[in-house]
Amino acid sequence: MPSATVRAGWCVRFYMEHYNMNLTLKVWRQDNKNAQGRFETYPVKDVSSEMSFLEVIDLLNDRLVKEGGDPIAFDHDCREGICGMCSMYINGRPHGPWHATTTCQLHMRAFKDGDTVVVEPWRAQAFPVIKDLVTDRSAFDRLVQAGGFVSVNTGNAVDGNAIPVNKDNADASFAAASCIACGACVAACKNASASLFLAAKVSHLALLPQGQPERKSRVLSMVAQMDKEGFGSCTFTGACEAVCPKEISITNISRMHKDYLFAGVAADK
Amino acid sequence: MGLTGLFLIGFLVIHVGLNACIFADLPFLNPSDNGEMFNRAAHFMGSTIVTRILELVLFAGFILHIIQGYQLEIQNRKRRGTAYSVGLGNRGSKWYSRSMGLLGTLIFLFLIVHISAFWVPSRITHDLAPVAYGNGVEMHNLYLRMFEVFQSPLIVLLYLVACASLCFHLLHGFQSAFRTMGVHNKKYLTMLKSLGYGFAVVVSVLFALMPIAMHFQWIKPD
Repeated sequence: MPSATVRAGWCVRFYMEHYNMNLTLKVWRQDNKNAQGRFETYPVKDVSSEMSFLEVIDLLNDRLVKEGGDPIAFDHDCREGICGMCSMYINGRPHGPWHATTTCQLHMRAFKDGDTVVVEPWRAQAFPVIKDLVTDRSAFDRLVQAGGFVSVNTGNAVDGNAIPVNKDNADASFAAASCIACGACVAACKNASASLFLAAKVSHLALLPQGQPERKSRVLSMVAQMDKEGFGSCTFTGACEAVCPKEISITNISRMHKDYLFAGVAADK
Repeated sequence: MGLTGLFLIGFLVIHVGLNACIFADLPFLNPSDNGEMFNRAAHFMGSTIVTRILELVLFAGFILHIIQGYQLEIQNRKRRGTAYSVGLGNRGSKWYSRSMGLLGTLIFLFLIVHISAFWVPSRITHDLAPVAYGNGVEMHNLYLRMFEVFQSPLIVLLYLVACASLCFHLLHGFQSAFRTMGVHNKKYLTMLKSLGYGFAVVVSVLFALMPIAMHFQWIKPD
């Protein structure tokens, strides 16, 4: 029986060993919002297992530019899994095969030599494709503008303990607040519903004392805006929760429904 | 959808409980029952003003659930727009959770056959054989009607497909209805999930056993 140190060494080698691979990328190309899109196939050679998925697109784009072609348009910003910009539907799953991982944090060791990887943009009526893999997700901004904030005057910064918050509520609120608004929930939902995103924003504030004064009006106006933007209705299939890179719980949607029901009958206006 | 769904779940409890009275005729229970318990229960359901009014409410519940379901399905299908080349499939959700429209349609089609086979002759045309028990009150022999209908293997097959559809519809629908109504307590949700699975299986198996038991004549009129 090998020692624990040797076994750990094997594990590290198995998971972290560097290797190069040749891939075939099938990427959705669309010139503009009104153009007809199509898949284009690109062989990509010598991809390092240590590269991120976005770096592979960078690599491919370098080649396309050198060849005088049009580089693939894609959204990205922080590349450390917190901004929510990267948004690719990779091999039939938002953000690719790894659980609780954004596209920018997806490393190529998730794939093996010879794989064909299909890359598509988010597909939803409320997220129209602007170009290639870039979609217009401004509908999320308008949802937040509809009530995802606290507009009461909270005064100066006060001592953390001055406002008592139940620990369970604080934890649940914090978990909901970790939503990065990437839109994977909408992309995965068969109804293209934004309920998980909306519920995260509603729960984040509904569980804190500062969110109470506008709790009813917030949920009513945000849900109304969601319908206006053309998102679908939630049927609790659970796909959103399964693909969320921040593991936002579907329980938040039930909480939002409860708030919506109560607000519907008890709202002041 | 959730509210009408919960209402129909309540109806299923009554319907399966009442229909399970046919099993009183099983040889090891009461072989001389000859459908009496079931016929009496069915007669009660059709003979009081309260139950007849509730019947109308039930129809309204069904119609609302069906209309809402189709509206939701049509609206939601439009929201996706272009379909993915490679879908998420079962990696994110159960197939039956994504197929509530299809399962509901199968149940709806079955419902038309079911109503025309039992409800119409019992409540509208009254072309069922009469039967009377000890107190002299004459009632429809629905037990005999069930036996006659379930002698057709095709009808039995249709019922079994409908029971399977109902089972999968409930596997998702039971817990989803409670979630829709705002239940978000983790303990209750865990309990409701188990209860939902149990309810879906028990109700569907009991319903499925009815045509099977009559077709294979485990129970039959004397």
